[in-house]
Formats: sequence, structure tokens, C-alpha cells
Amino acid sequence: MQPDLHQKQQQGIDVAVLVSIGRHPTTGRARRAEQDARGLELALAIEAELPGTRISMLHAGSQDDSSEAALRGYLGMGLESMTLLEQPEGSDAILPLVEHLAATSPQLVITGARAERGEGSGLLPYALAEHLGWPLVNSLASVEKVENGVVTLLQALPRGQRRRLKVRLPAIISVDEAAPVARQSAFGPARRATFAITTTTSEADSELAQWHLSPARKRPKRLKIVKAASARDRFKAAASKSEGKGGQVLTDVSPEQGAEAIYKLLKEEDVLR
Amino acid sequence: MSEIIRRDPRREWIARNRLHPDNAAVLAALGVNRGGGAVSEWMGPNGVVRKDPRAIGFIGPNGVKRIDRSGLQQGGQATATTTAARDSRRTVTIDQPAFLVAVVPDLTGGRLSGHDKDLLGLARRVADADAEQPGAVVAILFGEYKGEGGGELKEQTLGEAGIDRVVHLDDEFYAGFAPEARLAALSAVEREMTPRFWLFPDSPLGGADLGRRLALRLGERAATGVWQVEADNEASLGWRCTARGAAGSLDIQRPLPRVALALAECAEPVDETRHAAEHLTLAASIPTTLSRIEDLGQVAVDPAGVALAEAEFILSGGNGVKQWDAFHHAAKVLGATEGASRVAVDDGFMARDRQVGATGTWVTARVYMAVGISGAIQHLQGIQRCDKVVAINLDPGCDIIKRADLAVIGDSTQILAALVAMVEQQRGGQRDAA
Ligand SMILES: Cc1cc2nc3c(=O)[nH]c(=O)nc-3n(C[C@H](O)[C@H](O)[C@H](O)COP(=O)(O)OP(=O)(O)OC[C@H]3O[C@@H](n4cnc5c(N)ncnc54)[C@H](O)[C@@H]3O)c2cc1C
Repeated sequence: MQPDLHQKQQQGIDVAVLVSIGRHPTTGRARRAEQDARGLELALAIEAELPGTRISMLHAGSQDDSSEAALRGYLGMGLESMTLLEQPEGSDAILPLVEHLAATSPQLVITGARAERGEGSGLLPYALAEHLGWPLVNSLASVEKVENGVVTLLQALPRGQRRRLKVRLPAIISVDEAAPVARQSAFGPARRATFAITTTTSEADSELAQWHLSPARKRPKRLKIVKAASARDRFKAAASKSEGKGGQVLTDVSPEQGAEAIYKLLKEEDVLR
Repeated sequence: MSEIIRRDPRREWIARNRLHPDNAAVLAALGVNRGGGAVSEWMGPNGVVRKDPRAIGFIGPNGVKRIDRSGLQQGGQATATTTAARDSRRTVTIDQPAFLVAVVPDLTGGRLSGHDKDLLGLARRVADADAEQPGAVVAILFGEYKGEGGGELKEQTLGEAGIDRVVHLDDEFYAGFAPEARLAALSAVEREMTPRFWLFPDSPLGGADLGRRLALRLGERAATGVWQVEADNEASLGWRCTARGAAGSLDIQRPLPRVALALAECAEPVDETRHAAEHLTLAASIPTTLSRIEDLGQVAVDPAGVALAEAEFILSGGNGVKQWDAFHHAAKVLGATEGASRVAVDDGFMARDRQVGATGTWVTARVYMAVGISGAIQHLQGIQRCDKVVAINLDPGCDIIKRADLAVIGDSTQILAALVAMVEQQRGGQRDAA
């Protein structure tokens, strides 16, 4: 992050972090969700850089013992309270979240890319963006600076690459595994933190109820099917080791000519920067 | 010529006598061509088919006579016939499609990825389900399309992947991260063509992002992480899909919605037919939206910090690298992540976590440059999934040459030095010009 942020006169921004109940991959127990915790970590990093930033944490769902334990996992990262939009089990979380965000109008909304329970389709951030009409950036790696209602971000690309983006606030950003790892949750502060509970209008998710859910089956491995007209071709395909298409071979060339050919290929493939 | 068969006993006698000095000439006159081995069967004088068992087959590479009964290979003309036989894809054109299936491939690096091809295979399955009323697959391509080869061949690869129609949008404002512009374009396609299905690859930062945006724009509840699609008469659109949910721990079976995001290997890629890949242009111009997201371009990342398994460009050194300082310098100048063969690691020139191969890392680089590596099978296993392999080696007969797309035979130190000089000179030239 930029060191000059401290010198500049900055007031903080309002950040809303949306969190969900996670699921431990082996035991299936409720826990803080991996990606959402990273989102909160990102918000805490912004707060550290921009004094005066207010973080509000939101969860829409039902309140019971196991979910409360999971939510306290987030609170133990350094928050004093959070807002719980209470709704019965199996309701659509999008509507109350949209209403709440529209009413409180934070400048930045941070969500995980997809939930660890339920449908887990990763559509929620997009639904919020569409309903609120805010820009959305996915797969965030870090927030570089916030200035005059414009936030500069680093987006993670495949293969470890990064892309710098400038986004006008208010905006929604979603984080996945590329964001920095969440800090540990401290038990004491987590116990002391409080919930502000609001009841909301909620609609049952009737579509989801009609679908057939089952534990994930192992996907069949793809077989290498050889389609050949004759037995000889099939035998050849099965027995021969796969040879490359036979590329270009340059023999008896000077090092410069060889280097030039390589250079051309690298340029063509666009890997030289 | 009359129908009466005329016999010449003397010629027949000479033809039977392989030691007769005129034997070859007579055989040639009779149409039995033993030299090329092409004619091993001919119509005999009595209207009976005669076979010459000695003329069948050909002498194999090891001097052993081989007989190939597949009918493909006869004597010396083997290569020509087999290539013709390989190219046996059926050409399919669909002039009046009953409906459209839109596919938005990722086109990573300007080419159809394996994931894209699987997705196109799925689109074909959906489109071709009813042979009476076939649908057409329309692909919407953003950005530059490189393809394999150039000119006609380039279009052919699109057709061979199963694409009937192509909408190619390579304006500048679609480049980089431009979800809003791309979404506007897709909405325009929706307005003009109203495809029955929209299929996206569920790959981070490609279809996964765009597909979800489009689904919300169209008000559809997209199926994400789809890995299986089956016909189902009860579903509203005639298909049922199985999708991964809840971080991959759940299978959700539901009717296939209009917008679906599918995982890799959701279907077999197309390999038996060739489609038209006809270019379409959108009638209405796409409204340019004022974007609230500005792409400032890619950030230079330290290539040494990128995990080997996901590096895009790897410079790998083996036993044939003699000057390791020069090698490290080359990697830095080229901006490549460093890899190594086992020998280089065992000899202590490279760290263990840099080893590529069966007992090291399986890499997926787009460009893999193997310097002084012989290409042992354990090493080649590790680079199976690389796109382009460049080899620098002294030995033109070693295995890496067979795998390489470009092989330069020569001394690694000199060639690397020349390459570094060339890159530095080009960069310097650009800087001067700027
Ligand atoms: C169980 C097992 C697991 C293994 N796993 C791996 C693995 O994961 N990864 C791996 O890499 N290996 C592995 N190996 C080792 C593998 O079999 C080979 O021994 C090794 O890959 C060879 O490394 P090399 O190509 O660098 O060396 P070499 O085979 O010695 O090849 C050196 C090459 O450099 C060329 N050369 C020499 N001088 C020059 C010059 N000046 N300029 C240009 N070229 C030059 C030579 O022509 C030669 O082709 C494994 C082996 C075993 C038994």
C-alpha cells in the first residue's frame, strides 16, 4: 500500500462486509467462511490505511447456536458488533441485503465470491450489483488506495498476474483465494461482541426447494477415446507414445539466427513484457 | 475392343516364369506391377481374379515385409492416403437453424482453450439433439483471435470446434477488463438473435464473471458449475443439468436454465464434423456505455514469485546449461519464471522447488523454453500441458526436439546471450523512440 496515504487529509469511507456461514470441508461443521473472512481482512486493511473508516458487518440468515458461533468467528477478528438481518431458514438473502444496503448506502461493499453452503452459485454479488446499479469487480487481490471517491484496486488474474483497476465508488468487490489470508479470530473479543438484530421482509426461495440436492458425486474421469477407422490405427494410437506435431528444427544456424527465431515466437505468443 | 478374351500362351508363360529375362516387361504389359507393389490383383485371362501374394505388402523400416490389410496402405504411397483418410470430418452447414445456442468462449491468449472446446461440444449436443430441427451454435468472440495457422486454416479451427456462426467483436474497448462494454454487446446479441441458451465457461475472470452478469441482466437464475447435462422431457427447456454447489460439496439437479456456466470436461469436444463458422455482424450498433471501471493495465509482477505450476512463461535449464549466472540473467531479462530439470537440481544449481517433471512440478506454461534439457520421459511428463515448447540443445536427435514446436540446435550459452542482447536492444530502441 502507498505510504503517502497517511499524510493526505483523508476521511474514511463506509465499508460494508457481507459474511455467510461457512462449512468445514471435512467435518461439515459451521465455521467462518474462508472467502468472507478474507473480505473482512481486506476491510480491516483499509481501515488501518484510512483512519476513520467505518466497517459494518452484515449477515442475512436465521439465528441459532451454530450460526452464532460461526459469526463470532468473524467478530473475533476485531469488530465490536455486527448486524444480523434475521430471516427464516431457506429464504432468499438478496432482497433484505439490497434493502439494507440501499438504506445505509455504504461506499464499498465487500463479499466473498461464493458461499460454502446452499446453492453456492456466486450470483449474490452480481445480484446486488444489478439491483443497486453499482459497478462490481471480482477476484480482488488488494486495495491500493481510496481517493476522492475513486478506489484503486489490484485484481488477481490467472497465473499469478495482477491488473490495476480504478473504480468509482460506490462499488461492490468480491474476493476469492487471491486476497490475503484472514487473521486468526480471538476468542475473548468474539465473546464480548454484540449483535444488532433486525427482522426483515423475506421471501422463501421456492425454486431452490424444488431442486434435487445430493452430496457431490465424484466426476467420471475422461477416457481417452480413440476414434479410428481400422484396427491398425487403433493399435497405433494405443501403442505409440504421443509425439509432438513435429515442430520446426533449426540446424546449422548462427546463434543470432536461432535467437531471432525464438524472439519471434516469444513476441507472437506475447509473453515478453 | 471386342468382348472375346484373347490369350497369348507365350506371354502367360513368361509371366509365370520369374527368371525369364522378359518377365518384368510382360508383367508390366499385363498390368501386374510388382516393383511398386501397387497391383497385386488383376483380372486373369479367363475372367477370374488372380492374386500375386508376393506383390502384397511392403518392406517395413526394419527390412521386414509387412502386410497391412486395412486397405489404407499400399506400398510407397502410404503417407498420402493416410492423411487423406485422417481428414474425414463431415462438413455440416445449418442454413435454417430452428434455434440458436450462444457460446462465449474465454479465448485465452487468442485461442480456444480446452475448456472452450468442451463447452462448444456441450453446445453442439444441445443444438443437435433433434436431427429434424437442428440448432446453430453461435460463438461470440471478444478480442483478437489468433487460431492455428493463418488465413483459411484459422477459420477452419473455429469450424472444427463446432461453431456455425461467429460474431467477432475486437474493438479496442472490449480489451482488458471491460465487463460493462462486453455486457452491452451481449445484450445486443440477445436483442437481435434471442438464443435459446447462453453457455459460458465457469472459469475465473472469464466466463464466470461475464456469465453471471448476463444472467442477472436477463433476469435468469443461472446454473453455475454445471458438469453434466441430460435430456429431460419434463424440464421447461427440455434439458436437466447437474451442477456443483456449496464449494463443490453438493450436486444440484435442476432444469437447465437459459444461462448456464459449465465446468471443464462438461462434454466431449467436437471431433467428427466441421461447421461453417460463418461471420455475422450485428445490425444495430452497440451503445457505448460510460464505464465506471477503468483498466490501468497489467502490473509487473516478479516472475520469481509466481508459483511454477501456474507460471505463464518458463525458462528451464538442464544439464546443458554451462553458465548459470548468464541463465539467471536471461530469465530476468525475458521476464520468465525459472524452472529446472532434475539433473540441474541434483547438481545444486537450482532449488528443489524449481524442478519440473514427474517428481517435481507439473507446469502449465503457455511457453516453455527448455535449455540444455534432453527431454527424459520424466521431464516430458511434467510439460504435457504446455502450449508451446522451445528447445535449445546441441543434440538434434534427443527427445525434447520431437516435443518442441521450435528447436534451435546450438550451444545454449551463445544462443541465450544472443537472445538477451536482442531483447535488450529492442527494449532500448523502444525507450529511445518513446
Ligand atoms: C524416478 C525418477 C524420477 C525422475 N523425475 C524427474 C523429474 O521430475 N524431472 C526431471 O527433469 N527429471 C527427472 N528424472 C531424471 C530424468 O530421467 C533425467 O535424468 C533428467 O531429466 C535429465 O536432465 P537433463 O535433460 O537436464 O540432462 P541430460 O539428460 O544430461 O541432458 C542434457 C542435454 O543438454 C544438451 N547440452 C549439453 N551441452 C549443451 C550446450 N552447451 N548447449 C546446449 N545443449 C547442451 C545435451 O545435448 C543433452 O541433450 C527422474 C528420474 C527417475 C529415475
